[in-house]
Amino acid sequence: MSSGTLLQRFEAGDIRALARIISFVENQEDGYRELLSRLYRKPRHAVRIGLTGPPGAGKSTLVDSASRKMLKAGNDVCVIAVDPSSPFTGGALLGDRVRFKEETQGGRHFFRSMASRGSSGGLSGATDNVALVLDSFGFDFVLIETVGVGQVELDIVNNCDLVAVVLVPESGDAVQTLKAGLTEIADIFVVNKADRSGADRIVTDLTSMLMLRSGQKTHPTVAKNPNIPVISTDAVHETNLDELVNYFDSLIADRKESGEFDVRRRRQVLRKVSRLLQHRFMTETLQRSSSKAEIDRAVDSILAGKDDPYSTADRLFSETNLAPQSC
Amino acid sequence: MAEKDTSNKKIRVLLAKPGLDGHDRGIKVIATALRDAGMEVIYTGLRQTPETIVNAAIEEDVDGIGVSILSGAHMTLFPAILAQLKKQGVDDIVLFGGGIVPNEDKEKLEKAGVKKVFTPGAPIVEIIDFVRNEVGRNRADEKIM
Amino acid sequence: MSEKQLQEKKLQEKQAPKPKSAPEAKAKRFCTISDVEINRLYTADDIDQSKLAEKLGEPGEPPYTRGIHRDMYRSRGWTMRQFAGMGNARQTNERYHYLLAQKTGGLSVAFDLPTLMGYDSDHANSLGEVGKCGVAIDTLADFEVLFEGIALDGVSTSMTINSPASILFAMYLALAEKQGVAWDKLRGTLQNDILKEYIAQKEWIYPPRPSVRLITDLVEFCVKEAPQWHPISISGYHIREAGSTAAQELAFTLADGFCYTEEAIKRGLDVDSFAPRLSHFFNAHSDFFEEIAKYRAARRIYYKIMKERFGAKSEKSLKLKFHTQTAGCSLTAQQPENNIVRTAIQGLSAVLGGTQSLHTNSMDETLALPSDKAALIALRTQQVIAEETGVTNTVDPLGGSYFIEALTDKIEAEAMAYLDEIEERGGVIECVEEGYFQREISRASSRYQGEVESGERKIVGVNDYVIEETGPSIPVLIIDREVEEEQVKLLQKVRAERDNERIKSALAELQACARGDGNTMYPILDAVRAYASVGEICDALREVWGEYTEPPVI
Repeated sequence: MSSGTLLQRFEAGDIRALARIISFVENQEDGYRELLSRLYRKPRHAVRIGLTGPPGAGKSTLVDSASRKMLKAGNDVCVIAVDPSSPFTGGALLGDRVRFKEETQGGRHFFRSMASRGSSGGLSGATDNVALVLDSFGFDFVLIETVGVGQVELDIVNNCDLVAVVLVPESGDAVQTLKAGLTEIADIFVVNKADRSGADRIVTDLTSMLMLRSGQKTHPTVAKNPNIPVISTDAVHETNLDELVNYFDSLIADRKESGEFDVRRRRQVLRKVSRLLQHRFMTETLQRSSSKAEIDRAVDSILAGKDDPYSTADRLFSETNLAPQSC
Repeated sequence: MAEKDTSNKKIRVLLAKPGLDGHDRGIKVIATALRDAGMEVIYTGLRQTPETIVNAAIEEDVDGIGVSILSGAHMTLFPAILAQLKKQGVDDIVLFGGGIVPNEDKEKLEKAGVKKVFTPGAPIVEIIDFVRNEVGRNRADEKIM
Repeated sequence: MSEKQLQEKKLQEKQAPKPKSAPEAKAKRFCTISDVEINRLYTADDIDQSKLAEKLGEPGEPPYTRGIHRDMYRSRGWTMRQFAGMGNARQTNERYHYLLAQKTGGLSVAFDLPTLMGYDSDHANSLGEVGKCGVAIDTLADFEVLFEGIALDGVSTSMTINSPASILFAMYLALAEKQGVAWDKLRGTLQNDILKEYIAQKEWIYPPRPSVRLITDLVEFCVKEAPQWHPISISGYHIREAGSTAAQELAFTLADGFCYTEEAIKRGLDVDSFAPRLSHFFNAHSDFFEEIAKYRAARRIYYKIMKERFGAKSEKSLKLKFHTQTAGCSLTAQQPENNIVRTAIQGLSAVLGGTQSLHTNSMDETLALPSDKAALIALRTQQVIAEETGVTNTVDPLGGSYFIEALTDKIEAEAMAYLDEIEERGGVIECVEEGYFQREISRASSRYQGEVESGERKIVGVNDYVIEETGPSIPVLIIDREVEEEQVKLLQKVRAERDNERIKSALAELQACARGDGNTMYPILDAVRAYASVGEICDALREVWGEYTEPPVI
């Protein structure tokens, strides 16, 4: 084993140290915040691409094939694949690695399976931090594959620069896609398994639907883009994968030029700061203003019809030093 | 999700099938059982070489590697995985496994550094207890910064 | 109330929990190993008497429920076919001569994993596997040694090989040429059933569609060139070993066979030109009556579908012939001698179910490859059933039993429901690609495993009747590791001595054929004659078709 602290070895490009630090951050072990603070100050340049979509869409195969295309172009590429944790036992079966074929040509290749550990937005609560670790390590691309339960997995938008929604001919008609809210998070639609019957239909459907919807509201963190491309691929036979990777590149380039890329990053950072603040504030307020018993009493009063949640919240807030001092 | 400061470590285990046989019924039963016991199980599938298994174990930062070998190649494959671990400088990931392994070979393998070899008919509870108690105990405590 | 409703009501009454005064029925479920609930008693009410004659027929008459021959074992016993093969071709050849001297009925070749997976013995992935689970074959040179002193027109040979089946069959054909034996004199069977590999055993190379084309090529070749050969043995054995229920084994196997039949018909072959040469291969598990019912239901379904769906007319196309092997997965490492008993009972169920050939497992299977002694006991087990028990004296001795007929109907209905489901999902290949079979089997196997873990299902010597044991109490065969080195040397010698230019052009021709739609058997034969290796030929096809990865199903 090489010498030095984990961070020193990490900085020297040691894969084992990288893997250890990911666990450290994922497990939120003592000192992880200090470590993240250090990493936030390091130069980074990775682009984060998220892939989401219903089960059976072939996301893993697509991620694997796309990552190898990127590697061959000389990039360092890593993949984070998230699978669900059991809500009952906390255990998880992470099977996405089955699809991963180690690539020896081209840049560095790294794969990490993560369990969602109680988060329901399609990723793990720690995904953002793990992506930061990988970015700091020097990867050019971080590909993030969501759990893929078929409903909208909004976390992906808050963690990625670009979101690809992967569908298959069997995913159903465009209306269902619309209903699921997938059009609001997609930067690109990928119709995978295009060798199957029905592929052409879903591509046409999606395209015409997207044209109709252009100009409508999208998810707040997604910059308005009326022209969401639809591309059909066949990851197993590697059909159209070069095109897909080129699409990624050109979308990123366009957005960097138009400034949309930075707008989205700003929103993500702002959101992260707000969430941390919210969390901090909650803890502080609850600790400072009242003991647990006091809150219980307030809840009792609300239930008894003698108080209401709004007044209770105002009262709790006023007990913090953040409340405006009356003069 | 709110970030908290309390650590939530889980036992992480990599399960793999080295060698050429495709009998993955047993290892899948173990995978499910370990998950149900609250562990995070990374299943890597069929026909993994010792090198890919060890690389995967490093990337996934697991506490243990469990392999199933039913083809009779255990006397080649277990030592090859041990050698690969040594080559990569890994001394704190536990290697265990199961398969059609005669007692004589089992003893040899356990002497050579395989923590435990389970033979057909081993109760699943015994395997779960082993992983819970023996895997992840001797992770090196490394200084972060 | 209609007749059907009446029967259902009776059924409910029979299965309804007994009143509290009957303590014997308390909580305990009576189920087959496949979780089929069994009644306390079966009576005439359990059988639709009006349809009985039509459902059973006479032995040798449609729908063949009672067997495909009028006289069954009275006129001809089943073939006692013991699977064998280990180490190199020389060692296996010695075993064959030994078995032939013990009056075994046919030869059976077990190949090692590198051969089954299409790798040469010197490939990195073959490390530690050469000669371990069967004989190592790289080139025709190994086949020449394997069958030394055995005239190919005098034996029937069964080869357990799937993805590279065409290559090994081509070697057999090339060897016949060398022996001066005409191809139409060759008798035997290739397993050559790739669909069950995707479903259960997982020894595949290429994706499903090109793999099925290879099989259709071979079927077409046999119709034209080797009419006595059985080109496919449609196998449920491995599906069962993977943990399926009896009905799943039956349904998935038949579905695979119907898929091959459909492809061959699409190729332009007349169903009656190849269907008589199709054979099946089932498992004989431990639930005695369930297994017998399974074989009887198999014949009835097969008859119906071959006739109605594929329009087969020849009697031989309508009769389901099958080989049986006792269940390897039922054997235990604990108290291994008990395996002799299990195997005997399983073998008996296959005979009562009307099998055409039988392999009985050796007691040491869970420990290693069979030793000579264990293999001999396994063969003797069959001989005891055939010669001493008297069960061969009459045809289908259990026919008409209330229980057997009701159970046959039940398994038939369950299997038919699966066949419909597979059709609805778009057919076998779609179901493979989508992981349907894998999921169904995995569910069944978890259920069974749970029963064993909880002790609800008792396995003698494993979760009950356990005794302290120290190591294997029976001697086991150990393959020494020199086999691998020798085999690699042999292969390298062949590579040095052959005409490598000829190999290059033969492989190029094969690739051209694979890209187009010609019959791949002919260019494979040319490559084999030139001593191209299994690995080289498979690699040439891998370049064209790619390799398969399964959808992850846990």
